[in-house]
Amino acid sequence: MTSTTVAPDTDRKTRRTDKPEASDRARAENSLGMKLVAPAIFLMLLVTAFPMLRALYLSLYNYSLTAPEERDFVGIDNYVTALTDSLFWRDTLNTVLIMVVTVAVELVIGFVFAMVMHRVIFARGVIRTSILIPYGIITVVSGFAWQFAFSNNNGFVNGWLPLIGDDFNWFGQYGSSIVAIMVSEIWKTTPFMSLLLLAGLAQVSEDMLEAAKVDGATWWQRLWKVILPNMRSAIMVAVLFRALDAYRIFDNIFVMTAGANGTESVSFLTYRQVIEQFQLGIGSALSVLLFLSVLLIAFLIVKIFRVDLAAARQEG
Amino acid sequence: MASLATAALASSLLAACGGGDGTPQLNWYVNPDGVDTFRTYADECSTDDYDIAVQQLPASATDQRTQLARRLAAKDSSTDIMNLDPVFVAEFANAGWLQEVPEEVASKITDGGDYLEGAADTVTWDDTVFAIPLWANTQVLWYRKSLADAAGLDMSQPVTWDQVIDAAAQEGGTVGVQANRYEAYVVWINALVQGAGGDIVSDTEAGRDAKVDLDSEAGRDAAAVIKKLADSDARQADFTVSNEGTSLGQMFPADGPGEFMTNWTFVYANYKGLVGKPGGPADEQEFEDLGWARYPQTVQGETSKPPIGGIDIGVGAYSEHPDWAMEAAQCITSTKAQVDLAINDGLMPSTNSAYDEVASSGEFPEDLLELYRTSVDEGGPRPKSPFYSQISSAVQSVWHSPTSVDPDSTPKESARFLADVLAGKRLL
Repeated sequence: MTSTTVAPDTDRKTRRTDKPEASDRARAENSLGMKLVAPAIFLMLLVTAFPMLRALYLSLYNYSLTAPEERDFVGIDNYVTALTDSLFWRDTLNTVLIMVVTVAVELVIGFVFAMVMHRVIFARGVIRTSILIPYGIITVVSGFAWQFAFSNNNGFVNGWLPLIGDDFNWFGQYGSSIVAIMVSEIWKTTPFMSLLLLAGLAQVSEDMLEAAKVDGATWWQRLWKVILPNMRSAIMVAVLFRALDAYRIFDNIFVMTAGANGTESVSFLTYRQVIEQFQLGIGSALSVLLFLSVLLIAFLIVKIFRVDLAAARQEG
Repeated sequence: MASLATAALASSLLAACGGGDGTPQLNWYVNPDGVDTFRTYADECSTDDYDIAVQQLPASATDQRTQLARRLAAKDSSTDIMNLDPVFVAEFANAGWLQEVPEEVASKITDGGDYLEGAADTVTWDDTVFAIPLWANTQVLWYRKSLADAAGLDMSQPVTWDQVIDAAAQEGGTVGVQANRYEAYVVWINALVQGAGGDIVSDTEAGRDAKVDLDSEAGRDAAAVIKKLADSDARQADFTVSNEGTSLGQMFPADGPGEFMTNWTFVYANYKGLVGKPGGPADEQEFEDLGWARYPQTVQGETSKPPIGGIDIGVGAYSEHPDWAMEAAQCITSTKAQVDLAINDGLMPSTNSAYDEVASSGEFPEDLLELYRTSVDEGGPRPKSPFYSQISSAVQSVWHSPTSVDPDSTPKESARFLADVLAGKRLL
């Protein structure tokens, strides 16, 4: 006992006494390291922090690019304008709807794809490639492809769906327009979700699954009690990445409806203020709000999954 | 060796910036109408000092504006000469993106001599000339003479929108307009408001503090015309999404008496080229049935204000060769260039002298040319404001769909919304 208690003590002492000796070299290395990464850090700050701070600064002004001399400092008025405008909230709700529906559907389909890619024995390469192809297509191109597919003139969707008339105009009203946008989004990014989930599936121990099987667990029980709890971190990463991505949706809306029938997202609203209307002040305020929303979503998702983790541990 | 390589690289880079022989290159950004004629004039107006290279902009006016603005906002020195829709001139000039036109050239535009008044008006901002008019577009009332005759409408006299809508409805014909949610719908609304003696906004040089005049008798008269057409049998099937092209096929339909249609000057050349073809007149005799008249009056007795369009040529404020660019701009807006654009591409001139030459060419009926010229001269421009884009979008936002326009509420609601947008209190 004594020897065991003394030994770590000596160890600790040794470490403590060693530290100053090693620290000179470590400090020199740290210093060199700092000098070496300094240009990269400076460059990163320049390309990321500068535009963000600039947007924050511009958001405090009523400023149009075409009337530079009429620039007024308005403080937080732009934020008040945005947050009290029904258009902002309509677009926010729209974006949240797209995010929730597409991420939920992609999680389910993506998981099925991941299982297929994980378990498939024959033609593995071909099957994995086929599943991943949509992700390799540029979003604008897939947006156009789906727009043509849903077109009531030359699209195939109306012909394939039994309860839909051949002349049904998908882009004529809100409900069907938003469905078309979401279908395009889901088709395009489900493979990304399945890739992340596949990485998680690979981490689930085969021994545990085997043990569960020996204990008489059904397939369903193995899925809920072994596979999913062990994939929690992978699922969180997949949901987090896709949710943030979905909240910034722009390309599909731009191509398919250009925001018509109230299908505009917050990114699209920001784009219109800055690029179309040249209103740098209110546009910057919207960019900052978009950034804060993304941070909030990231925070909430991490928080929710942590709660789940704790709950799972208690259950276990 | 290194210096040789540097010299070779430098010379190849210089060659990339200019013509093949090292001559500086002036970039001329053009809209896609009449590009072949533009290329001809880029060659003809190039000199020993510089070459002019044509760079094509996107098809839609909105995209043209965005692309040019993004270059100019970044102080792009390679944007030397550009084709500008008249409504962009005030925006671009106020932003400091356009060179002022030298006094000796500017005075020729504004002295009320050769240039048509409506065209000259589009290039001035804050009492300064910032561009040179190239072609001047306008709208007239196109119609089937047989339809007007059957309805008993005397087209030799000014007609009102009410008369046109009633005549079309009475005879089973239609009235073609541009009422989709886009810029041309604002063109229509602006013409209706101005035709009733009002304005969408006034005192536009006050910028954000411009006076919003839409909530007025003129605004209500304009809304009444839109409502009347929306409620009428003369309304076309695609009324709420109609554009410049959609009503062309209704003039010479397989069945029915045809239509009245307000549209730009390209219509004549369009039907002339379609004689005997689908969508066009069956034969020359039917083509003769195509009539034209001055833009309809909003209010009886009040002179109509036909819309003004066209293209003005501006010189970029950050051009490395501003003097050459201005010289080139004068060359590509010469009378000869304007005549060629009219004859080759149906894009009507902005000067009286060019009109006279087009008239003597015999390519267009003289009374039609005279109608164009008068319409441009006496037409009504859209508001000239550095906030035009916001004004236009705000008007579209409230006035669309045209079937929901109500004279009692739309002008009032639209005026309030527009004032809030200009003040930065509402999102668009």
